[in-house]
Amino acid sequence: MNVVIMGCGRVGAMLAGLMDSQGHQVTILDVDAYSFRRLPSNFGGKALVGNATDHDTLKKAGIEKADVFVAVTQGDNRNVMATQIVKHIFNVPRVVCRIYDPIREEMYRELGLETISPTRMGAERLLQVIGG
Amino acid sequence: MYTIIVGGGDVGHYLARILLGEGHEILVIEKDSRQIDLVSEELGDVVMRGDGCEARVLEEAGTARAAMLIAVTGHDEDNLVACQVAKHKFNVPQTIARIKNPTHKALFEKLGIDATVCSTELILARIGFELPSHPIVPLIKLRGQGLEVVEVKIPAKSKMVGTDIASIQLPERSRIALIIRKDKGPLIPFPDIVIAAEDEIVAVAEPGSQEKLRDALAGK
Repeated sequence: MNVVIMGCGRVGAMLAGLMDSQGHQVTILDVDAYSFRRLPSNFGGKALVGNATDHDTLKKAGIEKADVFVAVTQGDNRNVMATQIVKHIFNVPRVVCRIYDPIREEMYRELGLETISPTRMGAERLLQVIGG
Repeated sequence: MYTIIVGGGDVGHYLARILLGEGHEILVIEKDSRQIDLVSEELGDVVMRGDGCEARVLEEAGTARAAMLIAVTGHDEDNLVACQVAKHKFNVPQTIARIKNPTHKALFEKLGIDATVCSTELILARIGFELPSHPIVPLIKLRGQGLEVVEVKIPAKSKMVGTDIASIQLPERSRIALIIRKDKGPLIPFPDIVIAAEDEIVAVAEPGSQEKLRDALAGK
């Protein structure tokens, strides 16, 4: 599978490492080259500096041949925008977007994006652990 | 008419002043307390503190009864989300977004944002107009007509200098609307008016035929 990941924070870097070790073709984007220190030392994919809300950057990352796009930067709105560009302009078959704000997450899910809210998931999991 | 402005920076501030002057009911939503102080010091109690991308904030702002939401923060992604929340959660009839990156225009249109204004494009067009190699500047899109108002500057060495309006072969659906002549001001384009060097011609054209129009007027 051909994957493009936007945002090389803890989650992005870990996901990139896992998918790379499973033999997928991974390209990871971040606006700050220093973020790439989080990638595992044996990472075999591509790491590119750039903003994935920019069409040229996305093309450079091979978005036109991607099967999956994942947006996991710190900014909910940036993730939402990049995901919609990739879905509606580049027609990538599968796009997944992280949105911290559960209300915004619900709205974009209704609008047809595949979304994940770590806030909601974390709270629900904690509740489960505590046994509420 | 109730209008919500998301973003109280320079653009939001001046826009609020203009709309207030025209008698609109307005509310500016801004996160930064310094910006809030600046705007409310001049315009009074028209600013609400908060993130205009959050549904809860927009609900508190009474967005459901707003006729228009204009998002003018300095971030394209924030402007997009504010407009999308306004449309989908509160059915605001008209949303307008400021954008910086010209390539984002297509996305905003596709997602149903009613209008976009790209500051970068406007600035580049204005600067380009001052360069001799760029004699055509888009001014306004005419909504629903598929036409655009453009301005063409006639270079001194253009072969059209000395030609009368009636003998110019314009592309289909193009019309000359106005001629602005140095030292003389605006002239109505009667057929017998003769083009002079450095005339600025305001014309209406289809976006696809602008190069033909430029060649017809600025005459390569």
